[in-house]
Amino acid sequence: MLSIKNLEVSIDNKVILKNFNIEVKAGEVHAIMGPNGTGKSTLANVIAGREGYEVLNGDIIYKGKSILESKPEERAREGIFLGFQYPVEIPGVSITNFMKTAVNEIRKHKGLDPMPAGEFLSMLKEKKKIVEMNTTLASRSVNQGFSGGEKKKNEIFQMAVLEPQLAILDETDSGLDIDALRIVAHGINSLKNKDNATIVITHYQRLLDYIVPDFVHVLYGGRIVKTGGKELALELEEKGYDWIKQEIDI
Amino acid sequence: MQDNTDKILNDVTQNDYKYGFVTNVETEIIPKGLSEEVVRLISEKKGEPEFMLDFRLKAYRHWLTLKEPEWAHLSIPEINYQDVIYYAAPKKKAKIDSLDKADPELLETFAKLGIPLEEQKILTGVAVDAVMDSVSVATTFKSTLAEKGIIFCSFSEAVKEYPDLIKKYLGSVVPYTDNFFAALNSAVFSDGSFCYIPKGVRCPIELSTYFRINAANTGQFERTLIVADEGSYVSYMEGCTAPQRDENQLHAAIVEIVAMDHAEVKYSTVQNWYPGNKEGKGGIYNFVTKRGLCKGFRSKISWTQVETGSAITWKYPSCLLMGDESIGEFYSVAVTNNMQQADTGSKMIHIGKNTKSTIISKGISAGKSQNSYRGMVKMTKRAVNSRNFTQCDSLLLGDKCGAHTFPYIDVNNKSSIVEHEATTSKISEDQLFYCNQRGIDTEQSIALIVNGYAKEVLNKLPMEFAVEAQKLLSISLENSVG
Repeated sequence: MLSIKNLEVSIDNKVILKNFNIEVKAGEVHAIMGPNGTGKSTLANVIAGREGYEVLNGDIIYKGKSILESKPEERAREGIFLGFQYPVEIPGVSITNFMKTAVNEIRKHKGLDPMPAGEFLSMLKEKKKIVEMNTTLASRSVNQGFSGGEKKKNEIFQMAVLEPQLAILDETDSGLDIDALRIVAHGINSLKNKDNATIVITHYQRLLDYIVPDFVHVLYGGRIVKTGGKELALELEEKGYDWIKQEIDI
Repeated sequence: MQDNTDKILNDVTQNDYKYGFVTNVETEIIPKGLSEEVVRLISEKKGEPEFMLDFRLKAYRHWLTLKEPEWAHLSIPEINYQDVIYYAAPKKKAKIDSLDKADPELLETFAKLGIPLEEQKILTGVAVDAVMDSVSVATTFKSTLAEKGIIFCSFSEAVKEYPDLIKKYLGSVVPYTDNFFAALNSAVFSDGSFCYIPKGVRCPIELSTYFRINAANTGQFERTLIVADEGSYVSYMEGCTAPQRDENQLHAAIVEIVAMDHAEVKYSTVQNWYPGNKEGKGGIYNFVTKRGLCKGFRSKISWTQVETGSAITWKYPSCLLMGDESIGEFYSVAVTNNMQQADTGSKMIHIGKNTKSTIISKGISAGKSQNSYRGMVKMTKRAVNSRNFTQCDSLLLGDKCGAHTFPYIDVNNKSSIVEHEATTSKISEDQLFYCNQRGIDTEQSIALIVNGYAKEVLNKLPMEFAVEAQKLLSISLENSVG
């Protein structure tokens, strides 16, 4: 589904990712871990197509095609979803309206008519259950005045509504208390199926107590330096990132 | 990243006016220029009674002594008042009671604007008094209104049919001495609407007039008078779109509202006149005097406006809160793009005791436009225990536009409270990327964000108007942001 080859990315002339490689297949869950400042969020943004990142080398192949030239909205309509680390507030725009616009844009891209209002609302109702979302939340403005937990729940809720093929969750566990973490993780797990893939970007191992990854990658110095199964995450938790640093820098 | 922002900005601001077309209705016009003779000629053409001619002549003579106001934050090219045509009327002056009898060309024009009268009539129950080039063409629902004793007709008709009411209220809120443009309008106004709601009557439908400037090089001078008698209620909608023109068109309208004891008037405007092209050529000059008099105890007047058009806007819908416990409200969204200039706001003059007023102003500036809020809140000595709340927000799209705020506050008693809040913000790149990432393109994201920003005001519009206003906001900002 996703194949990144020899990717080199810079921001403001500073190289952040270099020789970055990853293969993600449908049905898989990948965890990307690593210390701060190693390029985790850059990776998420580059896949989503954010402006300001310069790809110097390599390619991102999604569903068999290079997406480097595609706009962010085109990538999104093709099924790439980014769960934001810091979701922004959009005052005056209700989540319902926001999602209706997004859903219908994606449908238009697929050559479908807008979803009838009734169908849309009952679909929203179903999806809210997945993240135990308060029914009144969807009528509030997008992320405005939301707690940290509500914002992250809202991200997973949107993921549930949009049903992406490739979801990249950037530090979705940060700022969550244990109950919210459980709910968010449960949401992610229940959306998983054999046709979609998830990349979980995280600093801590604790999210991986709830979401069991097929692969754990350690990102350091702009590239993946170690790949293993879920036990790698536990090892990291125990030994810390210094262990990896020592192994690499030697 | 900045370069990119500028690029998007440029792209988005390069949008063409979508209502540029000219209707081929035969037009009868008076030659260019203004003189006492022209004023007499207008009055004569309209077959007006003596008192109207007197009013016009007094206004004209007073106008001669005035200069254009210069205090607004606008750069106004010199206007040659002798180069303007002061009267134009469609030749086929059909006096009709149903739309089937209206000029098919006119009906088509309305259809192009997306406001088919026929459909509105059936679907929304709106009585429409359509003003096209100064003379009313079609008036609907008259009989329904007549049953309740409501008068809703063209100004010309009112002058003939209800001279006593006109004599009593014409110029009672905006006297011809008020300002340069008010004097000009009083001298040469062509037509407009008159509305009277009798005691205790709640007008069952939204009253609506669509104004449209059509004949080339014709100044448009509309005049609206609304009188709400004791305990009555009316919601009045005014909407405008004008065809594309190269030469600037002068527009100086007057709206007067009088609300008696316990009466309530809601006045909503969606203004979409031709704003000129990207280089600032052409466009309407819009100098409007709108004022409501809350004359009676607990009377209430609300102004709601969505302004997206005109090259120059000079407009301050105001309330004189004379009656004790009366209420004045002003809700405004003003959008400027490309080279447009707007100096708009409100005046709330508190005279009665325990009076209340609210001003919510949302300015949106894009392109190289200049958008100013100018507001005055005055508490007179008599207006004890009165309150005002003003919120004045500016949203900037890009870095080539300007937003300005000029609040004037004058409090002359110790028990009144005046609050003023103001914010300035930009649409952030983070917001746009967030929307993009959900599959929404930049243009639509901007429309979404801007509509969200203006929601508080849009919510105050009547339902059918709100939908139109939302579309208008999106259209006027198409291709315009970063």
